[in-house]
Amino acid sequence: MDLKDKLVSSFMAFENTVDVNHPVHEVRSEAIKNFETLGFPSKKMESWKYTSLKSILKPQLSVFPKKETSLDYKDVKQYFIHEIESYKIVFVDGVYSSHLSETSHEGLDVCLMSAALSKPKYRLLIENYFNKIAVKDGLTSLNTAFSKEGAFINIPRGVVVEKPIQILHFTTGVESSLLTQPRNLVVVGENAHVQIIERHQSLTDNPTFTNCVTEIFANKRGIVDYYKIQNDRDEASLIDNTYISQQRNSHVSVHTFSLGGKLTRNNLQFFQKGEYLDSTLKGVTITDKKQHVDHSTLVHHAQPNCESHQDYKGIYADKSTGVFNGQIIVEKEAQKTNGFQQSNNILLDDTATINAKPQLEIFADDVRCSHGCTIGQLDDEALLYLRSRGIPKKEATALLMFGFANNVLESVKIPQLKQRITKLIASKLGVNLGFDL
Amino acid sequence: MAGNTETDMLKIKNLHASVEGKEILKGINLEVNPGEVHAIMGPNGSGKSTLASVIAGNEDFEVTDGTIELEGEELNELAPEERAHQGVFLSFQYPVEIPGVTVTNFMKTAINETRKARGLEEMPANEMLKKIREKSELLEIDRKFLSRSLNEGFSGGEKKRNEIFQMAMMEPKLAILDETDSGLDIDALKVVANGVNRLKTPQNATIVITHYQRLLDYIVPDHVHVLLNGKIVKSGGKELALELEEKGYDWIKQEAAV
Ligand SMILES: Nc1ncnc2c1ncn2[C@@H]1O[C@H](COP(=O)(O)OP(=O)(O)OP(=O)(O)O)[C@@H](O)[C@H]1O
Ligand SMILES: [Mg+2]
Repeated sequence: MDLKDKLVSSFMAFENTVDVNHPVHEVRSEAIKNFETLGFPSKKMESWKYTSLKSILKPQLSVFPKKETSLDYKDVKQYFIHEIESYKIVFVDGVYSSHLSETSHEGLDVCLMSAALSKPKYRLLIENYFNKIAVKDGLTSLNTAFSKEGAFINIPRGVVVEKPIQILHFTTGVESSLLTQPRNLVVVGENAHVQIIERHQSLTDNPTFTNCVTEIFANKRGIVDYYKIQNDRDEASLIDNTYISQQRNSHVSVHTFSLGGKLTRNNLQFFQKGEYLDSTLKGVTITDKKQHVDHSTLVHHAQPNCESHQDYKGIYADKSTGVFNGQIIVEKEAQKTNGFQQSNNILLDDTATINAKPQLEIFADDVRCSHGCTIGQLDDEALLYLRSRGIPKKEATALLMFGFANNVLESVKIPQLKQRITKLIASKLGVNLGFDL
Repeated sequence: MAGNTETDMLKIKNLHASVEGKEILKGINLEVNPGEVHAIMGPNGSGKSTLASVIAGNEDFEVTDGTIELEGEELNELAPEERAHQGVFLSFQYPVEIPGVTVTNFMKTAINETRKARGLEEMPANEMLKKIREKSELLEIDRKFLSRSLNEGFSGGEKKRNEIFQMAMMEPKLAILDETDSGLDIDALKVVANGVNRLKTPQNATIVITHYQRLLDYIVPDHVHVLLNGKIVKSGGKELALELEEKGYDWIKQEAAV
């Protein structure tokens, strides 16, 4: 039996573990049919031309963790931004870990998808938002079909959340072929403001595969800053599907820092549903050792007077591959759209590859859209200048890379997070720079 | 590190260097003692910047013959950063713009990497700040400047002033100033020259590359050399610079041709 058939047939067993009378179950049932029809994406599809899942879609993959593994905080503390107070929603192999978490129901909901799917008080929210913006492709459908657990964040109107929310997904690799499928839902009310940091982290060198789906809804004047730290081990693969729906005057930003992992595919899609709003997509990617990082973005401008800003910096070395596939659609009604997209890439040696493809589809006539894509090498003159001041080659190279990525790092609004990312990058580059950005 | 008063600060013997197979330096001999200021003058394209680059370790140039010694130790095989660690500093004729790296972070990194290489601890943050404050005051550099990206969008004069600020921070044994005066207005020239003079000690030395006597009114050289077509063809005292200012290079070219 191939993997697809196996997963489809596990759905029946899965049904024994959830409330099949909940309206969401209909959504799941539809999704499994959808997955059965669509299957996994292949390189024949235009949007998957440069990313092959072949090496990670092993037939033995299973969606059920056989046993629960518990972790001590001290062993995983390093993966938290522990320098700041925060809410925490933590999963181990897809299972909620209450002792590592700090959830809340006081004036807001920072809790679990499983709770949201079972408690009557959330039923309306779930009906209004669950799977309402997620695109119904094969992978997302697979996630929807088995959706059961993940982070559920509901920020009521007017609430400015003082503490960031950290979502951590640990995989232990205790079971070597677990497919983890977290399902997150973030609903941000009018004038509400929230900052979220999400990280997927495997704890052993066993191969892991995560297919995550996050839906984010920003209502009028809502502000959401979402940060993704992708610094996983060499054998961890991640497909991160993020769908964002924005209402009038809202501001949503997603920063993605891709440093680790074997294969990472980001499907980041923004759907603009009101006027005068803006969407920000930024990323820093630094890869080596045959890593593969794919950023496939979509900004769908459907209303007038909106903006989007995309700024991705990539540095690739040592047989690694980067993909930037940036799609901007401007509908006929979306006059006065201001769409900005930039993808700057540095290839550190000639074994690394970047495939960068901007795709602009503009149906309105009064718009300002710009896109720039550059692929270059490190500036030798700059390197010499730094070295002439006593900075060794490796450190000088790192400093230039920091300079290159600085625009993106700068816009991280949580200082301790910025510091942490700076450190992660420094350690990726094998340097110890004596300053904070 | 070697360094008794008997040895020269810098000793260049029969230096030949080429780029892309073309010989640019054709047998340079130069000795600079601690405490001295040397000026190197010469027409455009005569090889002044090349000489500076080769001393600083620019790997684009191939040294085909000869040696460069700093305090008796040969530099030829050292990387640019290692030469900096030994105390060589080059103020670039064309400082490079480095987007995203602030002047402050650049200086912190440069100083701490140099200290590390010399087996010293990192400089404590408060000491670093104090030093940055002192040296930026010496060169009358606005503090705001220090948080800008290195050289990015700096005016020509600002870039040069910034080079000397870096020199003040690094406290080199041997500083080579390649046309630091070009692009500076009169007031800036005085500030920069004053900075250079204040940094002078009996233990360090300076090589000033310039086209104009004007700078040498402020930074008074002990020796002046004329570089022509890759060779030092004439050396003299500070009055040689005045003579060049008055008469140009033709007479030297004629002398050299004889
Ligand atoms: N990287 C290079 N590739 C090719 N030729 C070079 C290179 N660098 C220098 N040269 C050549 O070497 C010669 C000397 O150049 P250099 O910059 O040393 O002159 P200079 O004396 O500093 O001139 P100026 O007064 O104009 O600054 C010139 O003919 C120049 O074109
Ligand atoms: Mg020159």
